[in-house]
Amino acid sequence: MGTAMRLLARHQTPLLLILCLGLIAGFSLVGGDAVQVTLTEMFIRVVVVVGLFVFIGNSGIISFGQVGFMCIGAYAAAWATAEPSFKQIMLQGLPVLLQENQLPFWAAILGAIVLPALVAFGLGLAIMRLSGTAASIATFAFLIIVNSVYANWDSVTAGVSSIVGIPTVVGPWTAYAFAGLAILAAYGFQVSRFGLMLRASRDDEVAASASAVKVVRMRLVAFVLSAAITGMGGGLYAQFLGILTVDPFYLSLSFITIAMLVVGGQASLTGAVAGVVAVTAVVEVLRVLERGIALGGTTLALPAGSQEIGLGLVMALILIFRPNGLSRGRELVLPSRRLKPAAPSALSPQPETAS
Amino acid sequence: MIPFLQNLIDAVSLGSIYALVALGIGLLFGILRLINFAHGDFITVGAYALIVPSADVTARLLIGGWPWPLMIPTICLIVIVAALLTDALVFRPLRRASSPTLMIASFAVSYIIQNGVLMAYGARPKAVDLWSGANSQILIGELRVPMLQLVTLVVTLVLMGGLTLFLKKTPYGIQMRAAAEDFRMAQYLGVRGNLVIGLAFAISGILAGVVSLLTTTQSGSLSHMMGVPLALFAFVAVVVGGMGSLVGAVVGGFTIGLIVTMLQAYLPPDLRAFRDAFAFAFVILVLLVRPSGLVPARNTIERV
Repeated sequence: MGTAMRLLARHQTPLLLILCLGLIAGFSLVGGDAVQVTLTEMFIRVVVVVGLFVFIGNSGIISFGQVGFMCIGAYAAAWATAEPSFKQIMLQGLPVLLQENQLPFWAAILGAIVLPALVAFGLGLAIMRLSGTAASIATFAFLIIVNSVYANWDSVTAGVSSIVGIPTVVGPWTAYAFAGLAILAAYGFQVSRFGLMLRASRDDEVAASASAVKVVRMRLVAFVLSAAITGMGGGLYAQFLGILTVDPFYLSLSFITIAMLVVGGQASLTGAVAGVVAVTAVVEVLRVLERGIALGGTTLALPAGSQEIGLGLVMALILIFRPNGLSRGRELVLPSRRLKPAAPSALSPQPETAS
Repeated sequence: MIPFLQNLIDAVSLGSIYALVALGIGLLFGILRLINFAHGDFITVGAYALIVPSADVTARLLIGGWPWPLMIPTICLIVIVAALLTDALVFRPLRRASSPTLMIASFAVSYIIQNGVLMAYGARPKAVDLWSGANSQILIGELRVPMLQLVTLVVTLVLMGGLTLFLKKTPYGIQMRAAAEDFRMAQYLGVRGNLVIGLAFAISGILAGVVSLLTTTQSGSLSHMMGVPLALFAFVAVVVGGMGSLVGAVVGGFTIGLIVTMLQAYLPPDLRAFRDAFAFAFVILVLLVRPSGLVPARNTIERV
């Protein structure tokens, strides 16, 4: 087998994932507006949940704060691209350069990546030396701080009223492209020595430190990368909706994105992607049922709210019956005897195959 | 001096509510290593149990209209049943799961309860008139003290005293403390795990039931999210106080009550809107200085 082929086989997981998502993206060619919206939202969530995975999956520490980075990213994008006339009236606390210009999309996304990463670096320096539960609570406190600041800092975020006039340039294919980018970045981190050392510390912190893994530093790297990817998701979200308030970036979104990661299987990249797709599918089915199905004159419909309850139930059932998620912590690989899958999997050793 | 004392009384009263909620969360954490986000929703369940189930905007009291010696036990009983049900359906199958998994499961439970209440009672907040006479103020010297704050404080002290007696003097209480110290060892020595855990859920249900009555009397309104902020602050109180230590939970509850009230009173007006940001920044600070809390529990130190 050629070197190129072997390399391809070794790193097949991200490519397969992108391919599968591409097939799903194909629905946008045949579907109406509602399908476009659903797909775009789903791909943005892939970006966010993959971002979550980079930190939570590799370090084993649950972070409730990543949605806070999404909020920071979304606002960074909005500052860059919202209508100058709006910004000059409502957001007078912004630098003049931002107030008077409407920057291009790429600049908005760049801002949505860099600003959350910087904040994550500062925060991470402080809290990454905490372990386990304490770190989770600290990220949780961070989410509340972000929410409180963005909801009240009127001159920069328009407070509880919304920022309008953000160009809605993100559709299903743009979102898909960024989802692919996020997957590649997450995979790149996962197979790098940083990712490997971090997962070692997740599985056994003491043994990892004893093997000269700088646990705190590795966590910080993952935290910053995770914030950058999640922030990018936030930027996409702003450019998709065109209107921005603080409300969506709070506990409920934090819950749903963590739910997606857990349902899919938090220990693998495949799990992160599969979780988003599966939960989106469940929610869509419940949404259709809530709207009602016409059955010989009468409409049978689930009562409003069953969508959320259904999601909660699915989540609880998965935790009980499949604690490692749909992916069971494994990565997606082609079922082949010739190819030796090298995708890392900490939870379940890959079966040995001759290459 | 008078305004400060007034604030202090507010702080103690708010702190005692947080302390009660934190005790409920801390008790379960001590034994199960479960950080129970759904505890706030137990409070919601207790509050909604007061009224006639319907989606109407105006709420009519049902159990809430009963005489108090009958009503308080009934509300507590309903919350206990809710708590035991969540244990039986969700947490019991997850006994071997890790602490983060349990926490996420409790998130799911919380989500289900909130939306269940939403479905049954509608999304709009409801006004209820429960013991509104308790909000009248009494004068002590120059201080105006709402009756309810005194009641809250007394109830908190009584419950804490009762819980302490239960844990120290009764066989079941001693078993619970043993289980909190080292669950597996306690099981080897004949402590029945599920009984002890059930007791812990029941006690946290009683605490949640009482808190639901206190907060409903104070605010006079119900909403399906009413328990969430309480649980959030209490949850932080548990961590600040020291996870796994009940004394810590109480200390943490009063600390958070004090911080929130004093920030509200003494922050400059421009910054007052950012009260929660300051409060939670302080929480991060406390964690950085004392990662295992103000009153660290001996048994939660991780051993190699």
